[in-house]
Amino acid sequence: MTEKMTLAKALNAGLRQAMEDDPKVLLMGEDVGKLGGVFRITDGLQKDFGEDRVIDSPLAESGIVGTAVGLAMRGYRPVVEIQFDGFVYPAYDQIVSQVAKIRFRTQGRVAMPIVIRIPFGGGIGAVEHHSESPEAQFAHTPGLKVVACSNPVDGYWMIQQAIASDDPVIFLEPKRQYHGAKSEVDTSATPEPLHTSRVVRAGSDVTLLAYGPMVRTCLSAAEAVEGERSVEVIDLRTLSPLDMGPVVESVRRTGRAVVTHEAQVNLGMGAELAARITEQCFYSLEAPVLRVGGFDTPYPASRIEEEWLPDLDRVLDAVDRTFDF
Amino acid sequence: MTHVPDGEFGPDLAEVFGPQQSDGGPELVQLLTPEGERTHHAEFDMDFSAEQLRGFYRDMVLTRRIDTESTALQRHGELGIWAQLLGQEAAQIGSGRALRPQDFAFPTYREHGVAWCRGLDPLKLLGLFRGVDQSSWDPAETNFAPYTIIIGAQALHATGYAMGIQRDGAVGTGDPERDAATIGYFGDGASSQGDVNEAFIFAASYNAPVVFFCQNNQWAISEPFERQSRIPLYQRALGFGFPGVRVDGNDVMATYAVTQAALQRAREGSGPTLIEAYTYRMGAHTTTDDPTRYRLSDDVENWKLKDPIARVEAYLRRNGLIDEQFTDALTVEADQLGERLRAGVKELADPSPLSVFDHVYAELPPELAEQRDGYAEYLASFEGAH
Repeated sequence: MTEKMTLAKALNAGLRQAMEDDPKVLLMGEDVGKLGGVFRITDGLQKDFGEDRVIDSPLAESGIVGTAVGLAMRGYRPVVEIQFDGFVYPAYDQIVSQVAKIRFRTQGRVAMPIVIRIPFGGGIGAVEHHSESPEAQFAHTPGLKVVACSNPVDGYWMIQQAIASDDPVIFLEPKRQYHGAKSEVDTSATPEPLHTSRVVRAGSDVTLLAYGPMVRTCLSAAEAVEGERSVEVIDLRTLSPLDMGPVVESVRRTGRAVVTHEAQVNLGMGAELAARITEQCFYSLEAPVLRVGGFDTPYPASRIEEEWLPDLDRVLDAVDRTFDF
Repeated sequence: MTHVPDGEFGPDLAEVFGPQQSDGGPELVQLLTPEGERTHHAEFDMDFSAEQLRGFYRDMVLTRRIDTESTALQRHGELGIWAQLLGQEAAQIGSGRALRPQDFAFPTYREHGVAWCRGLDPLKLLGLFRGVDQSSWDPAETNFAPYTIIIGAQALHATGYAMGIQRDGAVGTGDPERDAATIGYFGDGASSQGDVNEAFIFAASYNAPVVFFCQNNQWAISEPFERQSRIPLYQRALGFGFPGVRVDGNDVMATYAVTQAALQRAREGSGPTLIEAYTYRMGAHTTTDDPTRYRLSDDVENWKLKDPIARVEAYLRRNGLIDEQFTDALTVEADQLGERLRAGVKELADPSPLSVFDHVYAELPPELAEQRDGYAEYLASFEGAH
């Protein structure tokens, strides 16, 4: 069965399906109930599943994640919404010291099947703390899994797979695309495993690595130079653990790689990917692995955010530079 | 900056809360005086059987032995560190014994007496302090969560678990085997943490079946209680919308009575309670601490007169509820327990270096498996080398 869905609708449908499949799945967060979340991702779910399963929480992020830990210990599978990326830091301690470590500390006796949904990234003209990309901080934390969806089909399936995971998952949603282009979502298809990366456009000259909002940018960049350069684009999808297989296979063919993300470049995902590509593709590389990302500054005021965010031109500039070597 | 005296801006705090009193003040619920005299309380009075009181006494004596033995084991180098509970035995046994099997306790790292009440082998606690594991017991076996070192974090876990109990329909059914509550332990220092205050808010908002049990032992390492609060801690509960009670934490009878009442309230669906067990940390914060740098020995001497075990012993002896035979047998039991700990701690073997890769995730991700295998090869390369 297929249906045309926006990313927002696909996530909503995925959450609904997960709640129907497993009565232990609970949604929790600020304004997720009657309002349906500030982005309407949980629209209508409280009405259908009740206030005990779609829980409007007090306005305290550490409280949301900390009580989710207790609910998980009792056998529930909480899916918590952090309203905006920049609001996750009050919950940072509960995430890195508790959620990430309880399985390890108890030698596998206590699982933490918690999903922490975070609308991330910029481009919506918001005030500060509403446009950040904190993924590297979580990918750096052992015990957490980190994934990012980039399109409605992945949104529908990945959220269900994350909820079914017995490990805690930081689930990043490119908020700029919530209400953008629709895709046909086949709800009877068999999805790929959650922790896999995927070639979304084949090419032979250079490999672009992206996830979340940058996948679309990289696809546009590849299209823009069609006929001049053959650009391969990989949607990483999983940031922890990384799925290096498709990356290594691609870069060994193309000899050139550019990693892109909205997050600041310094010690970001690009640094890890560049190191791994260097280790695993050394003899195939024609150029150093380049990185394109946000500058190493705080996220700027919204009127200049489109200058600050890596766009099609900055991605292509980096592609050109890989051919200078 | 202009100083506005109390009363000119809002209410007079001294009038609302009364003065801070070092003996806990008249609000302290007490059923047994430091001299071992039985007193009565209008709200929390309770009858105890001789067997119950002998049980409390035995629990406290054995818990103190676990503590002194473990302190000695640290001095002998068998443990890396030990967090002493000396002086807090009544607070922990009184509250721990009020729990039913289906209730769930969320400890700090000092709840050795509560662990004892839950039936957890004390050797399991020693694993953490020896450095061979990090709270490796199965919480579901005894309904006793992992020790939590991040101050106050567990108050939220206790609240969340209680929200789960609500969703399981295990509150207010009237079935004593089914209705359950959680108890979240923390100290006076933790009362300053955001997580503890957020837990109060969540518990109040959802009317969750949780008892917040604060052992105010007067010291957060070197900082006195006055650094954490200008008002008695139990009074904070009112601001969050649920009752607070200050109990003599060195009185096992009163602690049991108050905790039992609060747990029952929670199980019935009447929501959270804050209990402030007014007690004193007779020992150091941990074996690495030196309390002579920050507190007066006079203070410690004063609290020695309020010892939680001595007062029960005085009461039991005066009323002919224990005899030499009982105390002799208990001494033998304590010695055997000490011997078991001394022998057992040496059996707690170091984990294999490769075990660090176990249980990070439900399934080891391929790249982490590669890291482990590479490390295994590296270790193997030294075999046979000198």
